[in-house]
Amino acid sequence: MSILINKQSRVVVQGFTGSEGTFHAEQMIAYGTKVIGGVTPGKGGTTHLNLPVFDSVAEAVEKEGANVSIIFVPPPFAAEAIMEAADVGVALAICITEGIPTRDMVEVNLFLKSRNTRLIGPNCPGVISPGKAKVGIMPAFIHKEGSIGVISRSGTLTYETVGQLTGVGLGQSTCIGIGGDPIIGSSFIDLLGLFQNDPETEGVVMIGEIGGAAEEKAADFIKEHVTKPVVAFIAGQTAPPGRRMGHAGAIIAGGKGTAAEKFAALRAAGAYIAESPAAIGATMKKALSN
Amino acid sequence: MKIHEYQGKQVLRSFGVTTPEGFPAFTVEEAVEAARKLGGSVWVVKAQIHAGGRGKGGGVKVAKSEAEVRTFAQQMLGMTLVTHQTGPEGRIVKRLLIEQGIDIARELYVGVVLDRESRADVFMVSTEGGMEIEKVAEETPEKICKVVVDPGVGLRSYQLRAMTKALGLTGDQAKSGSAFLIALYKAYKATDSSLAEINPLVVTGSGQVIALDAKMNFDDNASYRHADLMELRDFDEEEAAEIKASEFGLNYIKLSGNVGCMVNGAGLAMATMDIIKLAGGEPANFLDVGGGASAKSVKAGFEIILSDSNVKAVWINIFGGIVRCDRVAQGVIDALSELKVTVPVVVRLAGTNAELAATMLRESPLKFIVADNFEDGAYKVVQAVAAA
Repeated sequence: MSILINKQSRVVVQGFTGSEGTFHAEQMIAYGTKVIGGVTPGKGGTTHLNLPVFDSVAEAVEKEGANVSIIFVPPPFAAEAIMEAADVGVALAICITEGIPTRDMVEVNLFLKSRNTRLIGPNCPGVISPGKAKVGIMPAFIHKEGSIGVISRSGTLTYETVGQLTGVGLGQSTCIGIGGDPIIGSSFIDLLGLFQNDPETEGVVMIGEIGGAAEEKAADFIKEHVTKPVVAFIAGQTAPPGRRMGHAGAIIAGGKGTAAEKFAALRAAGAYIAESPAAIGATMKKALSN
Repeated sequence: MKIHEYQGKQVLRSFGVTTPEGFPAFTVEEAVEAARKLGGSVWVVKAQIHAGGRGKGGGVKVAKSEAEVRTFAQQMLGMTLVTHQTGPEGRIVKRLLIEQGIDIARELYVGVVLDRESRADVFMVSTEGGMEIEKVAEETPEKICKVVVDPGVGLRSYQLRAMTKALGLTGDQAKSGSAFLIALYKAYKATDSSLAEINPLVVTGSGQVIALDAKMNFDDNASYRHADLMELRDFDEEEAAEIKASEFGLNYIKLSGNVGCMVNGAGLAMATMDIIKLAGGEPANFLDVGGGASAKSVKAGFEIILSDSNVKAVWINIFGGIVRCDRVAQGVIDALSELKVTVPVVVRLAGTNAELAATMLRESPLKFIVADNFEDGAYKVVQAVAAA
């Protein structure tokens, strides 16, 4: 098993005919993901990559039974693209787009409260269940089928983590980039719960960053609800306060959101702390043998 | 993006927020002229830099005559103002704000921020004006009243009543306070701000509620819909290297160490800084070259890192995903062939075509220190610094 996506996922690509959408759709198809087609308003009825193009997500759901959407729509239109997918009941929307105004995401989150769609992202690399399906932009070859879940706020640091896990012989059940923005669809908590309930997942790596309190909340959740080993790393121990470190969400504000606070909370919750970002794979290996 | 106090007040005034009258001045003559235009007998001369704590550093002075306005303007323009937010190097004052003097009865605080946890705008008001709100929150949290604005229904009158009550405003003052809060929220939302902070918010002797200071931060992601606000950007307040980086789509932040680093992705870039520290070094910068790392961006990255004379060695740490490592390696070789780089360069490339890339680097006539993995890169660059 895996979480969020598997061989049955039927994926629609929003922003299908653009350069990013095209490139990554090809990669996903090559991986074996069931891509049913895409949406580009105004281009409905044509074909792209030998797949149908629809004018709306509604048509992709109606005609092809799409249940997962991946969004490559540019920032000014991305919030609406998420809403469109949610409004027609797509179960999972994965938004890759970077640079969506935060206020737009406030509206999206409000909208999603009364819908049944789970959102991953925005500003994230997506989701992969190795050997089953890839709905994202990550390099597939570094992954290996297995039983470790990965949840991360970062992109390339997730690849580094996966590379280390595969390197020590640990495959992954599902890897999720949740995104580096201040307001995101799914949190560590949402996904920790899913991994805890997934019989195939034996351990979870969570990669946090400075800023916000998501890691502290995850620590509380781990203490109460997670019995599987959790390995944690927080990036940004050396980051100065008040500066946005690339990701809009990665900023220490008013002395809050430091890596030290997050490490302390996670350690107290019983998580295994990777002291170095180069020791994440090895720490999980050790945690599993305990 | 940050703007100056005088610009913040102009923006706020355009939404009906009450502020003292004032004019910006770039020269001593403009300062004196501004005082004349304002009239009255008391003026405040305020240095305009993108940092708080200006008063303590000598950047805010009350003038009781035109001659004093002139003297203070002369003193402040061109001075290096050091505050707890500028760092020890301080900032050179190039702009002033000349304002009418205000008869202050009470100093209060109001701030509104987009709170990531509640995914909503949160107002904070306090009777402890003029102090740092972080300090108030730590020492006397009961003196802060927080109001979460439900994004579905907006700011409601019962919430305004709660805030004016917490601020100790009654009668006409409460009315003036409510009108102020409504206008402030309107300005904050319409400009896609992530923060609007008025500290102090003052009650004047005649009972008016006005913004004595103004701080606004805008959401960079929303800049495409605020061309007018983008014109308020003051490049003098930003590091030249950071401006150059943004022109190349790079994200650079200068730090105080001597180990330069160039990384793809923000999370990996932060982790790279962390591991440099763990290996016993001090990072000189944060630099995210973005998802693709082309020859052009790598070259620009080198120029930016090397513009910092503290840098004793550079580490390139790229995890190639979609971007192929052999292309990155070619970019690094091209960039270094063109630039005179005298410091040691450590390269660690992982991911797609990493082995091919390592061979290319080893066979190139340029001297690279090739690292086998993440940890190895950190130790090699710290060793290179120690040997330099």
